[in-house]
Amino acid sequence: MNAPSDVIVIGAGVIGAAIAYFATKQGLSVTVLERGLPASGTSSACEGNILVSDKELGPELELTKFSLDTWRGDLTEHAKHWEFESKGGIIVASRESSMASLDRLTQAQAEHGIDVERVDIPRLREFEPNISPNALGAAWYPDDCQVQPMLVAGHLLKLARAAGAKVLTHTMATGFLRQGDAVNGVKTSRGDFHAPAVVNAAGSWSEDIAALAGVNVPVKPRKGFVMVTEPLPPMVHHKVYAAEYVDNVGSSEAGLQSSPVVEGTPAGSILIGSSRERIGFDRSVNTDALRQMAANAIALFPFLKTTRIIRHYHGFRPYCPDHLPVIGHDPRAPGLWHASGYEGAGIGLSAGTGKLLAQALAGLTPDMSLAPFAPERFGEFTPAPNIHQESAA
Amino acid sequence: MSSQDKLSFDVAVIGAGPAGLAAAVAAAERGARVAVLDAGAQPGGQFWRHRPETMVPDPDGHGHHGWKTYLDLRARFETARSAGQLHYLPNTQVWMVEREDAGRFVLRLTPTTGTEIAQATVRADKLVSCTGGYDRQLPLPGWDLPGVMAAGGIQSFIKANGTLPGTRFVIAGTGPFLLPVAANIAEAGGTVVAVCESASLANWLPHLGAASGVPGKALEGAEYAGVFANHRIRYRTRTVVTEVLGVSCANAVRIAKVDAHGAVIAGSEQLLEDVDVVGFGWGFTPQVELAVSLGAETRIDADGSLVCVVDGQQATNVAGLYLAGEVTGVGGAVLAVAEGLVAGAAAATGEAPSAGTNRQIRRHRRFAKAMHLAHPVPEKWDKLLTDDTVVCRCEEVNHGRIVEARDTLGATDARTMKSFTRTGMGWCQGKVCGFAVSCLSSKDHADNQATHASLSALAKRPVAAPLTLGEISTLDSRRPHDT
Repeated sequence: MNAPSDVIVIGAGVIGAAIAYFATKQGLSVTVLERGLPASGTSSACEGNILVSDKELGPELELTKFSLDTWRGDLTEHAKHWEFESKGGIIVASRESSMASLDRLTQAQAEHGIDVERVDIPRLREFEPNISPNALGAAWYPDDCQVQPMLVAGHLLKLARAAGAKVLTHTMATGFLRQGDAVNGVKTSRGDFHAPAVVNAAGSWSEDIAALAGVNVPVKPRKGFVMVTEPLPPMVHHKVYAAEYVDNVGSSEAGLQSSPVVEGTPAGSILIGSSRERIGFDRSVNTDALRQMAANAIALFPFLKTTRIIRHYHGFRPYCPDHLPVIGHDPRAPGLWHASGYEGAGIGLSAGTGKLLAQALAGLTPDMSLAPFAPERFGEFTPAPNIHQESAA
Repeated sequence: MSSQDKLSFDVAVIGAGPAGLAAAVAAAERGARVAVLDAGAQPGGQFWRHRPETMVPDPDGHGHHGWKTYLDLRARFETARSAGQLHYLPNTQVWMVEREDAGRFVLRLTPTTGTEIAQATVRADKLVSCTGGYDRQLPLPGWDLPGVMAAGGIQSFIKANGTLPGTRFVIAGTGPFLLPVAANIAEAGGTVVAVCESASLANWLPHLGAASGVPGKALEGAEYAGVFANHRIRYRTRTVVTEVLGVSCANAVRIAKVDAHGAVIAGSEQLLEDVDVVGFGWGFTPQVELAVSLGAETRIDADGSLVCVVDGQQATNVAGLYLAGEVTGVGGAVLAVAEGLVAGAAAATGEAPSAGTNRQIRRHRRFAKAMHLAHPVPEKWDKLLTDDTVVCRCEEVNHGRIVEARDTLGATDARTMKSFTRTGMGWCQGKVCGFAVSCLSSKDHADNQATHASLSALAKRPVAAPLTLGEISTLDSRRPHDT
């Protein structure tokens, strides 16, 4: 029989790795169960954003600020391992209507303590000399940061292992062990594992894990493409996106949406996003998404018209219908905890989530209330339509 | 006829090398409307690469094998073109293939660098993909110095330019392909200081039966022996290059004898000085990306390469998709032509090959398998690497970082290694380092066999050839009713 631990974490993506790391910091013994390899899901198919700029007001913004402090505080000694970069973000408005949206957004954010500065066109050109001549105005967010997310997961797990955690890869969760109502362990492809607390950190696949315990966590995959250009000398210096992006992040539309996000990387490649569509775990290439993303990116940076892409990739954001993550203990299945539903913000929110959830797991009062993210807000279990083409984590 | 109909064909053939030319001719001669899409400026592929026909209009085929076959296929190719049966698109790379709802293949095209093409999309009911392969490379200290080339790259250079890329050559690696490369160099006036073959020729002994089934290969061997004798070329077996030396470019190599596992035998090291080009060939990597992207079933061949599975008509498990040549298993040009003829006929009319053709293909496949088994990649090749040896040249990832990511971060397959270290993320997209990274990421890499899973992950390359964002921004829709 496998040795029992205080906490089992299902999923070795960035979220699971952060929980494992902070749980060992609380002195808890931890076992991580991962069906594939570390960071093999959405953590390796994203852009590694830690963004304040795209957040609307509300609990997610508060969690964002807490998480940013965690990245820069608790985790700062390890920042070099995952290429933490305070590159700064710029939102560009190219239409009168989006100028008005940008005005509203930045004013509200500033009132809630977000460091944001409106910049005029000459200043914008200093930041980004190659920006489109059609730009009307912009906002500058010095706190937008970036990490290499696979390295975050890899190194947090390494640190957790050094503190005694066990990380089992190629180990698929197939069910829960129960004592009465309570969850007290996980059945896996490699035997049973016991723990009084089990955390569902299975990302876009966490609905299926929750269903194994008979509870409803309606997290759905929201697919997105990223195109990668040939390496170039620095042409795009920050994370630059259009004002429409913020509207798309907050929408619930299932059909294809795209809005330009363009950023340079230390390797010289430029990353071009973004698209959103909810079509399950469909891995086919959507030519329409690529076309729209390319056209949008060229509108923002005209030089890109003759820049070549060498690859593209896609990932499945863990989308939650009310646009809030699901974090905390689930009273519907005592002993089961969740940390999921971050959509496109999981990398940024992982550090804060890990710290807060580990405090709660250790029986402490978390530094910030997790109440707005409570899993039981979704009520009793209702079977979801069977759109998932891939099996559970 | 709408412009879209004009660009819609019964059969599309990707590649105009031995397999592609044969497939195109076979399909067109059976009445199919055929499109041939090829990255080259003129037909022939890598194997029959020749000087620009605008400069040398009537090449004599010197230094080529099977040139008579080429001339025959080329004549039939031109006849089909003149008859309007065959539409030839040179300088054209296929960067993606999609399926329409109706099942037709939609080929997305981009011009080879420095050229222009008339259309960005071609549609076809059947697809024959004959994308060939490229030289398989293994890293070793100094392999990133200027002057180090792929053995096939040297041969292409000679065939395309009629000149040599240097003066004094060492050719190393494994397999019979090293022989024609060395012979081409000698006949073009270069000095071949040594040919280093890692295998022992005794490896052929268990396979003499297979070899005797293909007498043409023995003749080729005798021909090379003659060239080697005339030019006093030293052919060293069970010998590897352990290091390429030089400051700004290669100027010497260290060589050593190896045991049956490829481990260097202590005390056997030797320095070969005054060398300006080092050519390596460790077999070939088939270009299976397009077939894999369509869902073709794959397997690991006797040479450790990922290849696609086909039936007796060269058909894959994907309806309408046929493959011929190296993508179904590296086996040389004669086999590629035979497979191309079968694939082209099957794609055009569903015709099955004759018993004689089947026998010929089987014989050549047996020979290829014997060759692969006699010339394996040495299992201990990675023992030559130091921490500083660059493995991924595009992203400058060295061996030490790969081992660290494997052993401490859990990067135990090629995909995870790519995520953690950027191996294979650069311009070549892992074409050069992919096989090596697959071997090195496997935790239990005692036998150095790249796993099927690792190589399959690397073969998923949704952009098979780079193209501009401008081209992508004007793509037409996959579904005709959307246009």
